[in-house]
Amino acid sequence: MKEIVIISGKGGTGKSSICAAIAYLAKAELVVADCDVDAADLHLILHPENSKVQDFYSGVLAEIDPGKCSACGLCYQKCRFDAIEPFEGTYRVIDLECEGCGYCYYICPEDAISLIDQNVGKFLISDTRYGCSLVHAHLKIGADNSGKLVAKVKSEAKAIAKVQDKPYILADGSPGIGCPVIASLAGADYVILVTESSKSGLSDLKRVQELVAKFQIPSACIVNKADINPSVTNDIHKYLNKSKVQHLGDIPYADDFHKAIAMGRSLIEENEARWLPIFTEYWQTIKENI
Amino acid sequence: MRIAIASGKGGTGKTFLAVNLALKAAETQTTLLMDLDVEEPNGGIFIQGDDAETHKVTRAIPSWDPGSCNLCGKCINWCKFNALIKLGEMILVMPPLCHSCYACSELCPMQALPMEQQSLGEIRHLQLGKLDFTESKLDIGLEQSSPLIERTLEFADEHFAEKELQLLDSPPGTACAMVSAVKTVDYVILISEPTPFGLFDLNLAVETVRQLNLPFSVVINRDGIGNNDIYKYLQKEGITLLAKIPHQREIAELYSHGEIIYRKVPAVDQALEQILSKIRSLS
Repeated sequence: MKEIVIISGKGGTGKSSICAAIAYLAKAELVVADCDVDAADLHLILHPENSKVQDFYSGVLAEIDPGKCSACGLCYQKCRFDAIEPFEGTYRVIDLECEGCGYCYYICPEDAISLIDQNVGKFLISDTRYGCSLVHAHLKIGADNSGKLVAKVKSEAKAIAKVQDKPYILADGSPGIGCPVIASLAGADYVILVTESSKSGLSDLKRVQELVAKFQIPSACIVNKADINPSVTNDIHKYLNKSKVQHLGDIPYADDFHKAIAMGRSLIEENEARWLPIFTEYWQTIKENI
Repeated sequence: MRIAIASGKGGTGKTFLAVNLALKAAETQTTLLMDLDVEEPNGGIFIQGDDAETHKVTRAIPSWDPGSCNLCGKCINWCKFNALIKLGEMILVMPPLCHSCYACSELCPMQALPMEQQSLGEIRHLQLGKLDFTESKLDIGLEQSSPLIERTLEFADEHFAEKELQLLDSPPGTACAMVSAVKTVDYVILISEPTPFGLFDLNLAVETVRQLNLPFSVVINRDGIGNNDIYKYLQKEGITLLAKIPHQREIAELYSHGEIIYRKVPAVDQALEQILSKIRSLS
């Protein structure tokens, strides 16, 4: 089983639209994992049904029992995250600031602090109208365990692919290069980078490819909105060549992207004559190179 | 007055709005723009100058001193982030996983894990007339952006507290990085686009700022694409629609070249006027 991850560095380059088009095309061969856990959008195209929902627990938050607290202030002094504040003669934890490191719990002389397991979100395993399964998630607001939830989404997708005997997992990643992206790259076999023809797109592509190279995962790139700035597109091609990233193809600026999203369908369903040949070719190339 | 420009979804025009708004505001008042999308900052593509100064930012990470360690293994159990591993007769520190809480270092009975400074990223500062601009960049391979965001906000408090207007270009999403950036502001402008993706992610962003008890309003970018559902949502929720920016290919082209757009596209200039007059009515 091979794991393909779609990422972009920059947001809004068309990552999820491209992911949905490949999912539509290759539905018989794959399980889809939406790893953009704090802004998951694939469900708006894949229309999941029969979802099995499970809570996801990860990390802890400290809690101070005011009845036991002797107000010695040790936790308040030691907390590096300013997550403890004086309150009504003792101390209390500011949940949003607490990193869950446990330091206060280890040092409290009164045993007044406990560590509470955190429900940081939920993940869902669903059927889709395409027939393939979708694993997706919803991270709670401000939660800092997005990497672990991404890892959970991927491991569930793998388990399903095994049961269903599907050769591929297609994972839609999040923007950026931080913890959820790193978690989506762990164990991946192939990366599809979706960039756009703008200076910002190129700058973000370079940073995310540098990260991919650290993981030594082979990558390929689709340049979206390629006709917006031909000179930047040319710079992107040169960069891909130099960095040994396979160039899958260029897609000119197309209204079909937001039209398809507005209709809640994939690009291929929106305009089969135009998009089916393009994605068929991409998918063939991806399978040959993985 | 400190204002965050944020969105749930990436690529809706945060940097576009932040950069253009900051430059326009700086025509008449002292303005600070902080690019806090530390994983993929782009503000510096649009705001350029020769005399930028770069400040290295470090953070403290434990380093293992084999001479003092008795291999008791307590540190492995203390660390909630799995940043310490015992491998044979060695303790390995995994810097990307460390949250710099100091627990292992200060609790170690042998003082075998002294804290050492390691690179986190950099803050680049540039001044152009009335505008001060900072761009923070996280080292590639590091997982957590919040510490660098917080350090940049401290840097701003130290150096730019007197600026009349402080704008902050937030990271996308609604996870810890976005919250670290947004929680310190007086007001939030959320920017989205009129598609189902834009609406779904705006809804998450609205829930986030409501949970943080922050006043906010919304700018819709690329008006004309998609459908009207987002406007119905704003009306139903009683959320102020601050401005609409039309969908024009010309805007995308200018943006792709790294150009300042309001000086060339009157519709953008007009939208910025509306937003600035709202901002000025707040202070």
